[in-house]
Amino acid sequence: MEISEELSCKELVELVTDYLEGALSAAGRARFEAHLADCRGCRHHLQQIRHTIRIVGTLTEETIPARAKEKLLHAFRNWKTGTA
Amino acid sequence: MEELHVVEALRRGDEASFASLVERYQTAMVRLALVYVGNQAVAEDVVQETWQGVVQGLDRFEGRCSLKTWIFRILGNCARTRAEREGRVVPFSSLWRAEAEPVEPSVDPSRFRATDPWRDHWTSFPRNWDELPEERLLSAETCAHVREAIASLSPVQQVITLRDVEGWTGPEVRDALGISEANQRVLLHRARSHVRRTLEQYLER
Repeated sequence: MEISEELSCKELVELVTDYLEGALSAAGRARFEAHLADCRGCRHHLQQIRHTIRIVGTLTEETIPARAKEKLLHAFRNWKTGTA
Repeated sequence: MEELHVVEALRRGDEASFASLVERYQTAMVRLALVYVGNQAVAEDVVQETWQGVVQGLDRFEGRCSLKTWIFRILGNCARTRAEREGRVVPFSSLWRAEAEPVEPSVDPSRFRATDPWRDHWTSFPRNWDELPEERLLSAETCAHVREAIASLSPVQQVITLRDVEGWTGPEVRDALGISEANQRVLLHRARSHVRRTLEQYLER
């Protein structure tokens, strides 16, 4: 999404992931950062997204149940002998 | 390269190497298979079939892509074949397409001014979460809310699990799922926005 004029806050919040992923054009990035420099609300919003990413990053996937793993290891032995 | 050692070990039939691969990828694999087949038992079955394909196809792995990418490609093939066989009518080409989903604004539109001057600017500023105590941000209760928020996302928005929980890169998601980077970014944006809204409701109530 490219906006010719200044960004509004409503537009900026839709570009946050593109910004964080480095996917904005040079002009788009400059426009994003110019808005940010002048807008405390959007700085806080961006920071909220950063906190969100950090909190999500502390979650861990539940580990695979021991029985399911045992079953797979058993199958593994058979697959190997089956192809040998 | 470490990965080639793992592949070598697997070719020799080394169980410990296989077990560690299973620990690393099984949960993410079942989650992805579920997107295609829509049923936990069938998804687990697809993953088992995938592991068999991986183990028996190792001789064909040439290291042109990462082992992870290779495993998830096999998973994608197995899951699609299975879904077709089960008669699930999933338009696969569009399954991961972001446009197929209803668009929800990242932030509630009522948070922005509807009239000039300052149309589309904040009515009141979002709170500064840097001021919240770390114990609150990372509390077990906060994490429980986040887990719930992620669980409520649409299957394709589970991209957030790969990116932000599992720490995959954008190109890794692109390669494993066969979707464009732009596409996975849109899905990721929607997922993160949803989780942020949930956090806001909880942290600021």
